[in-house]
Amino acid sequence: MINSGDTAWVLVSSALVLLMTPGLAFFYGGMVRRKNMLSILMQCFIVMCVLSVQWVLYGYSLSFAPAKGFWGGFGWLGLNGVGLEPYADYAGTIPHQAFMIFQAMFAIITPALIIGAFAERMKFSAFLLFTILWATFVYDPLCHWVWGMGGWLRNMGALDFAGGTVVHINAGIAALVTALVIGKRKNLDHNAPAPHNLPFVVLGTGLLWFGWFGFNAGSALGANGLAVNAFVVTNTAAAAAGLSWAVIEWVKNGKPTMFGVASGAVAGLVAITPAAGYVSVVPAIVIGLLVSVFCFIAVTVIKPKLGYDDSLDAFGVHCVGGIWGALATGLFASKAVNPAGADGLFFGNPKQLLIQLITVLVTIGYTLVVTFVIYKVVDLLIGVRVGEKEEMMGLDLTQHRERAYTVLE
Amino acid sequence: MKLVIAIIQPYKLEEVKGELYKIDVNLITVSEVLGHGRQMGVTEVYRGAKETGNLLRKIRLEIAINDSYLEPTIKAITKGAKTGETGDGKIFVLDLKECVRIRTEERGSVAIG
Repeated sequence: MINSGDTAWVLVSSALVLLMTPGLAFFYGGMVRRKNMLSILMQCFIVMCVLSVQWVLYGYSLSFAPAKGFWGGFGWLGLNGVGLEPYADYAGTIPHQAFMIFQAMFAIITPALIIGAFAERMKFSAFLLFTILWATFVYDPLCHWVWGMGGWLRNMGALDFAGGTVVHINAGIAALVTALVIGKRKNLDHNAPAPHNLPFVVLGTGLLWFGWFGFNAGSALGANGLAVNAFVVTNTAAAAAGLSWAVIEWVKNGKPTMFGVASGAVAGLVAITPAAGYVSVVPAIVIGLLVSVFCFIAVTVIKPKLGYDDSLDAFGVHCVGGIWGALATGLFASKAVNPAGADGLFFGNPKQLLIQLITVLVTIGYTLVVTFVIYKVVDLLIGVRVGEKEEMMGLDLTQHRERAYTVLE
Repeated sequence: MKLVIAIIQPYKLEEVKGELYKIDVNLITVSEVLGHGRQMGVTEVYRGAKETGNLLRKIRLEIAINDSYLEPTIKAITKGAKTGETGDGKIFVLDLKECVRIRTEERGSVAIG
């Protein structure tokens, strides 16, 4: 039975989540050097184009068609059988295609998140091939395991409300792998590049925060109380995390920074994602306050110590924040918030924390291995990294023959 | 005292700076400039329309030095900026009449270093 309120909310949410990818483009684009601005915008936008098509052709079927196996079934290729009537196993009150297009936006933003790791040094052609293979062999199966009918992690009882595991840990681990194998950018030793446009980073953060209401509250798949809970805890966690990051910087470095508050807000949004439909508002504050501590340590202590060049901290924010969020769900989840969910450790059910931990470890292990293999295949076929001269000249000019900014008219 | 003005490729700036640091020349002024010599512009394409022969982006370095530093400085810039292709740039050397350090009002070669 189609409910018009639910359908309207899911459609609006889909549009909100779509806007997160251009938001991410500016969030990341502001952080790179001027000569690479367009390459970041281009990579984000081409992901929107490529994966929108991939999703309706076969991505949705591999992810969501009911089946017990590596992928979902092949029955929904080309959206065959995915119509305008509800499909009750996923969402009983909205047209099946509304659920499909909402999920498409998640499939788009996830590979776009990885861009932060190899920014400023990957060939555009290699990026395209990598993204298509990664979506097909990493995102689609994992999405099926966690969210699809017959998926084994779903059947085990893993809680992932809006994609902490499927989206953030998944993309974050892929980011770490690609940053490690592609190697550092040139000339980093005596000159860590400053972000070329921090206002763009802040604009991007604003768009991400705004779009995240669709991401999390939309995942209720209806205009209902659960959506409101997700909306409120999402806003609260982002705010607490932005505040927390500012305080950490203030104490440690003497001044709070705009870049820091933006990073903290995004970390908070990441961490609340798996928990948004299962926790109430006070745990959301705790999740937000602590995620900035973990992410701050990851990007300022662990990254320099291990020496990998995750250019824009896709691992440090999305994977670290995602893991904390997934585990925090196992701590703070409560059936009082969502009867369809489960109780966490603090509500007398330690087993949930174990299930969450298993899900995290499975995701890390699977993504680690398959991302590495895909990278190597692409490297063998066309070579992943641009030449040294191209890297020094910048990807805008060498990959796209455009520049973002002129000097004179 | 000499004033060395060098026009180099933007993507060679890091290497030139590295070479200059090696010989202890670290007081430099850098600006982004436009210009062209023999080199034809990089072709840029906007909505299918090609634009060639644009003014090219270059980096201009200004380095004030005492005479004994002149040859090492020229060598360092050349080493960092040379690729052998057209567009590598030029080095101009000018006699420098006077130099004043504003903070102390010192003048001449003591004010340069």
